Amino acid sequence: MTTDRIVGIDLGTTNSLVAFMQGESPIVIPGDDGLNLVPSVVALDEKNQPVIGNAARNSLIANPGRAVYSIKRLMGRGVDDVQEELKFFPFRLADDLQPGEVLRIKLGEKTFTPPEISALILRQLKRNAERFFGAAVTKAVITVPAYFNDAQRQATKDAGRIAGLEVLRLVNEPTAASLAYGLDKKQNGIVAVYDLGGGTFDISILKLHAGIFEVIATNGDTHLGGDDIDNVLITIALDDTLGDLGVDFRGNAEAVQAIRKAVIEAKIALSSQSSVRLDIELPGRKRYLREITREQFEQLIQPVIDRTVGPCKQALKDAGLKAEQIDEVVLVGGSTRIPKVRALVKELFQREPHTDLNPDEVVALGAAVQANILSGGSEATENMLLLDVTPLSLGIEVAGGVTDKIILRNSTIPASATQFYTTQVDGQANVAIHVLQGERELAKDCRSLARFDLKGIPSMAAGMARIEVKFLIDANGILNVAAREQRSGKESEIQVQPSYGLTDEQVEGMILDSFDSAEEDFRQRQIIEARNEAATILAALEKGKKSPAWGYLPTDEKKKIAKMEKALVAVKEEDDYQAIRKAIDALNHDTTRLAELMMDSAVSTALKGKTMDEADMGEGPTAPHPMAKAEFE
Amino acid sequence: MTNSSLTAITAKPAPEGTQSCWSCGTMRAVHFCESCGKVQPPAPVDYFTFFGLSRKLNLDVTALEKDFYELSRKLHPDLNARASSREQEWSLQQSSLLNDAHRTLRDPIKRTQYLLRLEGVELEEQSKSATEQARSSGQLKKQIVPPDLLEEVFELNMQLEDLRMQKKMGEDDPALIEEIGRQRLELEEKHEAILQELQNQWKMWDGMIQRESNGQPVSEEERRQECNKMVDLLNRRNYIRNLVRDVSEVLGE
Repeated sequence: MTTDRIVGIDLGTTNSLVAFMQGESPIVIPGDDGLNLVPSVVALDEKNQPVIGNAARNSLIANPGRAVYSIKRLMGRGVDDVQEELKFFPFRLADDLQPGEVLRIKLGEKTFTPPEISALILRQLKRNAERFFGAAVTKAVITVPAYFNDAQRQATKDAGRIAGLEVLRLVNEPTAASLAYGLDKKQNGIVAVYDLGGGTFDISILKLHAGIFEVIATNGDTHLGGDDIDNVLITIALDDTLGDLGVDFRGNAEAVQAIRKAVIEAKIALSSQSSVRLDIELPGRKRYLREITREQFEQLIQPVIDRTVGPCKQALKDAGLKAEQIDEVVLVGGSTRIPKVRALVKELFQREPHTDLNPDEVVALGAAVQANILSGGSEATENMLLLDVTPLSLGIEVAGGVTDKIILRNSTIPASATQFYTTQVDGQANVAIHVLQGERELAKDCRSLARFDLKGIPSMAAGMARIEVKFLIDANGILNVAAREQRSGKESEIQVQPSYGLTDEQVEGMILDSFDSAEEDFRQRQIIEARNEAATILAALEKGKKSPAWGYLPTDEKKKIAKMEKALVAVKEEDDYQAIRKAIDALNHDTTRLAELMMDSAVSTALKGKTMDEADMGEGPTAPHPMAKAEFE
Repeated sequence: MTNSSLTAITAKPAPEGTQSCWSCGTMRAVHFCESCGKVQPPAPVDYFTFFGLSRKLNLDVTALEKDFYELSRKLHPDLNARASSREQEWSLQQSSLLNDAHRTLRDPIKRTQYLLRLEGVELEEQSKSATEQARSSGQLKKQIVPPDLLEEVFELNMQLEDLRMQKKMGEDDPALIEEIGRQRLELEEKHEAILQELQNQWKMWDGMIQRESNGQPVSEEERRQECNKMVDLLNRRNYIRNLVRDVSEVLGE
């Protein structure tokens, strides 16, 4: 096994997964609970230690102030963008947020940025993979919604870095899914991937051509998914309880989470049942009961799922295709399990959609395929190449607050554009550039990505400078900028002020923080393991004392063992794992003779026709040393 | 601010076959080395040269796509992810150049515009804002309204304004809508005709390039004239296209 192992990660709104290409096919790596899905939930325990996944999910109801879910909705977003989210999600923003600062979320008494919370999820996946391989994992491909903008992508990459992962590539989720599907169906044709997940919607239209997966158009909505369906149901339940029970639970996080859990279960059940009964225990010994039929459910969610139609039509238009020209439709994301969603897709594309692969896992599997391609490929991925596009146009603000588009949406990436700038006044040393992303005519309606300050322009008359600025969108869909003054040939220094996002220094600081806690985690784990090992050897020694072999041991050796045993028992309860290990090693050394004698007596007992159990040995005869070091992960 | 996407177009095309691979020394390494497969440092070439094409406007789009795929298989960053950081940087530069070139050349209008800029023609922006800006500064641009369309366009704009007002009042005049719809159809036909004319102009241009490559001198003036004809056609086309867009907007389509 090489140390260059690259994993594929689906960092989802609701669930996250890590996958790896094992031989010729990708597999999902389960967590220590044996489950493939790690819920994207982070909580802080009483000791302020982060808890991730299923373990954290229980805190959502028991201790909602110390848990957070759906953090993906806040990635790369500013305070102004999230006002709508705050109505439906129990995100508790830090009280001391400054305008223009990256969001921070309260978790217990601490605050975290969205990339830090995502990093905790990523670190959990990293650990799951490390346990699976028994080796360090430092490189990953991470998927993002195709319609993620630059800031959201950058935030995801930052999260990877904070988690101690080198993010080799960000891959768009629908594209990743198409790779997983394409693996066993190497064919040509036009494929549409409809991806409705927990919090995001993407539609991508691809042309498959001899192993090349070429995206021709993509569209979507980064705030549309299963969460929105849940919120419709939660709102109804809250209105009902207000009307029927006369209790307003809207501000009660515990009640809202209990309702949320119940409506999610109901939603899932309604994909296979025609009706479901909500029966929710609420605080104050209140109880909420309601029957929901599938018909009612479908009516309720219609406005939500109808919002996917516009992006689909736009993508088709951008691709220059009619629905009937699509050869295959692939469904991705847990929300595509809803029969009404499937019916909508079928009607839109006039085709029965594919559902062969698990819609929760297919993105992670595709990420693993892409990871394999990046690591040099294998027989299974031979000739496979992904050509993706930028989902949004890149523009520059020009006079009058107008957006001048320089790289149009659906351009294959990497893509570049070069602009020339000059100075307005004599001796001007700086030029400011405002970079935008979006489709609207006016700069104020587009997403502000960053303000670039070109500095150190050599002094010359107004209009004489000719500054070449090259904008390049890399294969991750992230913008890079380089500037050069052409007359002097001098590279201009670019100072970037990301409109939303962490600076490099901030990310560095967070990495150190997480290293610190990683060290603390490591220490804790070492202590626990050392204590376990000590317990094992002490137990084995007790057995040894009862074995006939003990009688053959010289008295001074017995004394020595007793002394070492005492030392280990004493040090075992301390927090110094190295001291515990030392004591274990010493005791192990001094009991070698005892172990050998036990082996001898074990063998001779066996020869006398007795079984190993009767000889009071836990190990088979092949065990070289009954007190051999315990094996831990 | 000037027009976009003109990466170092003024540079001379790199003479093919004279470069040797930085890694293994084999000659004839253009974008990647045919011997060892390594990505080469990007040469500052125009889009036509990048694909090894002469500056002709009629081009085989299918062949272009084939070349695009083949080059992608060598130059894309995904396939050079394990190379040195210097090679990864080249791969990024090369494949962005490849993508930019492919995107520009496969589209007939973008291709023509790009060629004109290569020939040193500054194309006027036909966007609404550019037109407004020109008007407010009192500049007269011949391409703002093609003269032969002046009267028609004036009439159409009046009708569009009427319809906008009606819509605001919540009224509806089927006769007017029908009339505007008819005019749009006419405009679309004109648009088609212009594209046809543009293609004829391509032939003239390509013939000139062919003569030149056969060693016959082409005068600056002839070159300029051929360019200007295409500039006129593009301006007319842009104008009509924007008009059709406006009409569709008002009709609510």
